[in-house]
Amino acid sequence: MRFVDEFRDAQLGRALAGEILAAVDPGRHYKLMEVCGGHTHAIYKYGLDDVLPANVELVHGPGCPVCVIPMGRVDDGIAVAEQPGVIFTCFGDMLRVPGSDRTLLDAKAAGADVRMVYSPLDALRIAKANPEREVVFFAIGFETTAPSTALTLKRARAEGVRNFSCVCNHVTIIPPLRALLESPDLRLDGFIGPGHVATVVGARPFEFIPADYGRPLVVAGFEPLDILQAVQMILRQIGEGRCEVENQYTRVVPYDGNQRALEAMAEVFALRPHFEWRGLGFISQSALRLSDDYAEFDAEGRFDTPGVRIADPKACQCGEVLKGVIKPWECKVFGTACTPEHAIGTCMVSPEGACAAYYSYGRLTRQREAV
Amino acid sequence: MSSGPSTREERVLGIIETARAKRPRFKDERITMAHGAGGRATQTLIEGLLVPAFASPEPAPLDDAARLPLGEARDRAMALAYAATREPAAARALVPSLVFTTDSFVVTPLQFPGGSIGELAVNGTVNDLAVAGAHPLALSLAMILEEGLSADVLRAEVEAVAQAAEAAGVRVLTGDTKVVERGKCDGMYLCTTGIGQLDPRARLSTQALRPGDRVIVSGSIGDHGTAIMLARGELGLEADVVSDTRPLWPAVDALLDAAGPCLHCMRDATRGGVASVLNELARAAGVAVAVREADVPVRPEVAGAAELLGIDPLYVANEGTLVAFVAPERAEDALAALRTAAPAFAAAADVGEVRAEPEAMVMLETAFGGRRVLDQLVGDPLPRIC
Repeated sequence: MRFVDEFRDAQLGRALAGEILAAVDPGRHYKLMEVCGGHTHAIYKYGLDDVLPANVELVHGPGCPVCVIPMGRVDDGIAVAEQPGVIFTCFGDMLRVPGSDRTLLDAKAAGADVRMVYSPLDALRIAKANPEREVVFFAIGFETTAPSTALTLKRARAEGVRNFSCVCNHVTIIPPLRALLESPDLRLDGFIGPGHVATVVGARPFEFIPADYGRPLVVAGFEPLDILQAVQMILRQIGEGRCEVENQYTRVVPYDGNQRALEAMAEVFALRPHFEWRGLGFISQSALRLSDDYAEFDAEGRFDTPGVRIADPKACQCGEVLKGVIKPWECKVFGTACTPEHAIGTCMVSPEGACAAYYSYGRLTRQREAV
Repeated sequence: MSSGPSTREERVLGIIETARAKRPRFKDERITMAHGAGGRATQTLIEGLLVPAFASPEPAPLDDAARLPLGEARDRAMALAYAATREPAAARALVPSLVFTTDSFVVTPLQFPGGSIGELAVNGTVNDLAVAGAHPLALSLAMILEEGLSADVLRAEVEAVAQAAEAAGVRVLTGDTKVVERGKCDGMYLCTTGIGQLDPRARLSTQALRPGDRVIVSGSIGDHGTAIMLARGELGLEADVVSDTRPLWPAVDALLDAAGPCLHCMRDATRGGVASVLNELARAAGVAVAVREADVPVRPEVAGAAELLGIDPLYVANEGTLVAFVAPERAEDALAALRTAAPAFAAAADVGEVRAEPEAMVMLETAFGGRRVLDQLVGDPLPRIC
């Protein structure tokens, strides 16, 4: 594939890994967090952990939009999906996320009309094709997916589609990062910034991280060479005593973001005063609801939902895993009460979560260390 | 002892290992699509519900096709053959071993680029026989038809069954037809059962896998699943991808000829793709499999579609692609024979090897130079959003 394979060149990767190895201080351990779930996925897909020096550790951050959805919200979604006449639509990997006692896939098996879509526009198309049914889109994601929800709702209004509504679970990236950085036990040396989010919001909003918290951040693309180069740029900053926001993903990310996307979001959404994140608790002003102007499309107003808050299990230590304070196996419920088949916390829900990855691959990692 | 923390880590890993080694228990309240996807949920259904219910006194490996237990009749025939030939191999060649298998087909759309449900129903079953080392002798065909199905569609599929059977050198000898009310099935479902005769050259068994065995795939992977996904038209993508549905006997015949008893095991990489088949075998044989991603043949169109959909071609279904395990000394010959057996197998490739450890795991050396576990699918392969 042109314009993709160039960023997956194994030879260039080896050369870059060699440069990184030569540049790190062997006596020091570096902990870098990749904020975005897309990066985590690429790191696993290409085996990048294996390519980096042993003393450069990548910590998986809170940027997997699926696994930060709290159980209560999933329960609300299931309640809407089970109302008679409803066609419930959402992205594929949301289907498997457990609510308090089951997933959307379970609800589908029990008779609810739950359909996977690739885009909110597909959901709108289903609404137009089924005017006698209520079609609900379960919107999730950071600033990456929020603009497409916004544009879909603008189109729904323009076309007068009345049987379409949206459960808005969109979240924003800055507040959880700030919450992580505020934590006194934080042990991170730098951040790989979320390239997709930055495509929309730009790199500028991340400037508070070096300015207020003294940690470098490099906005990165999603191909393996992008990620290795971002690691190299962070390590170079640390080595040279610099601390700033840099943009590795210049081929896509404008420093000031995408104004049209931001305008659409500002029109359709409003900030929620607070929102609960699985594993991280309540974070103020960290999520979006539909603006008053678009309230007619708000499924939370159109349908009765339980709206019950389901607390994360007390024993769950996802927050500490996310902050890099403990390793997955140090969590009290890891591997016993919390497994990929019956996940308790966010880190076990997604296959790329730190705990799920360790559950599956821990043995391999140890072998590698022993060699 | 200063090894406190690492001992604790060992203990946690031990707990995980014990949990993974346990026979899975089928505890789900309802059947979900994941139970049919060929990954972990399917395995739980088979090992947790079906195996205990149908357990035989002798433990049998969970192969895609089974030997027909012919009992005393076969023993008597063997005794006569041995008396006539005085050679065990010659006697075995005279007395056929029968193998049987069954498969059902629920594909939508019924017709797709490169094939249709009728062709699939024949090839799927004869291929399960073929990878068990058996040439097909007879097929049965059961049809479940939906009220309102167009007779022309039915006619076309019956014709497709007949043509595919002829191509595979087998005849449909018996069958059954049921019609269900409109809405109770998706046009038509087909079920075929096949009986085959074990080739005397075949010495195939999951237990025959040995560290050092080479892993060979018979062609480009992921074509069928990708063609189906595109043919459903939900994605608004267009690409020139056709299903690989075809009979595999010519490939098996070439491999048996070239490698004989050094051909240790084969699998038809259908549902769940090559990765699922490798996981199944690694578990069954208690070995590790290492795959070199860069050597796995994938068409650019399939790689592109998989990239857009967030799916790994290693998990995408094939309907005419097998995975063979061959002892290293005959692997090159086997590969050469396979590549020249038919144009369809020209892209066959050596993609990895069997290792002793880590037991029951499949590892991928990524094209980028890293390593990762190529795990069982946990559910249906659902596209990622980010």
